[in-house]
Amino acid sequence: MIYFELLLSFFQIGLFSFGGGYAALPLIEQELIHVQGWITNQQFIDILTLSEMTPGPIAINAATFSGNQIAGIMGGVIATVGVSLPSVIIVQLLAYFYFKYKNITMVQGIIQGLRPAVVALIASAGLTIFLTAMFGHSDWPLDLGEINYVSILFFAVAIFLMRKYKASPIHVMVITGVLGGIVYSII
Amino acid sequence: MENMENMDKKTLYTTLFKSTFFLSMFTFGGGYVIVPLMEKKFVNELGWIDEDEMLDLIALGQSSPGPIAVNTSILIGYRMAGVVGAMVTVLGTIIPPLVIMTALTYVYIAVRDNVLVNNVLLGMQAGVAAIIVNVVYNMGKRIVVQKKIIPIIVMIAALVAGIIYQVNILWLLLFSGIIGALTTIWKLKYENDKEDDK
Repeated sequence: MIYFELLLSFFQIGLFSFGGGYAALPLIEQELIHVQGWITNQQFIDILTLSEMTPGPIAINAATFSGNQIAGIMGGVIATVGVSLPSVIIVQLLAYFYFKYKNITMVQGIIQGLRPAVVALIASAGLTIFLTAMFGHSDWPLDLGEINYVSILFFAVAIFLMRKYKASPIHVMVITGVLGGIVYSII
Repeated sequence: MENMENMDKKTLYTTLFKSTFFLSMFTFGGGYVIVPLMEKKFVNELGWIDEDEMLDLIALGQSSPGPIAVNTSILIGYRMAGVVGAMVTVLGTIIPPLVIMTALTYVYIAVRDNVLVNNVLLGMQAGVAAIIVNVVYNMGKRIVVQKKIIPIIVMIAALVAGIIYQVNILWLLLFSGIIGALTTIWKLKYENDKEDDK
């Protein structure tokens, strides 16, 4: 039953993504690419690309997109409900205790402990994305002959714009998209 | 605040839905952009929640799993109108991306093989990689500048375990969560002992 599997997978992604949208990326990668094999590496990056360009949380966008790809419109709805359901339950429980005791020291302590691991996990998903952008895939061994020099140049431009001029993600996407449309069409 | 009592339920639900719907519909860039806008809407414009309480709600939203924008909207709905309020605000927040992304998925399927679209997406791939590297750099820097030994060790260990040994993410989260809990217990005990000494 694909709908039930979708619900379960995305429930799990929602349940364990601590620290906002980007924290969902390593979970999406592990669950959808490696465990279920529902989407490819390339689709994973395309999801992220579309998410950066559309309003709304990344986890929701990713759920809607993959749900639709896997099982049509109903699949998109179910995946989106699945990824939001843990929030609906846990947040209200936490809120209940918060309004009752006004004290969430323990919860915050655990979250602080999770933070460094979450950074490492996002870094690991980031590595997959970086390698795919530079080599066209992320499977070892990587052949230096496969490096896409244009992509390295775009990457450097994007980093420069963000660090020097505080360019927002949407600006970076538009600029690299236009550059890609022009440069790759010429060469 | 006092006009809250007189406001009928329907107006309350409608305002909650409209506010979260429009914020979600027109805000690009995810949680870190949308949460300050929610604060502005509910604290400054509507005056439903005071500043200090809003800061607590934001901290709670960031302490829960799931998208921060969704969490914060649930908290606002729950604070204003209980469980039903939370249902209203969560729907307001997820419906816009659900509809936009569904439409986009079919556009994507239709045009993905077009040469120009492919070139644009190939260019954007480098942009996405840069955005993630930038996010990781900023988050990692925040951990390192605290100069606390345990978080730095956990970060490096999780990096090695995740990338080289491909350890399941859930184990890494469980392990670091336990470390966080132990550190908190130890810190609370230390503070209590200090109180006792006085």
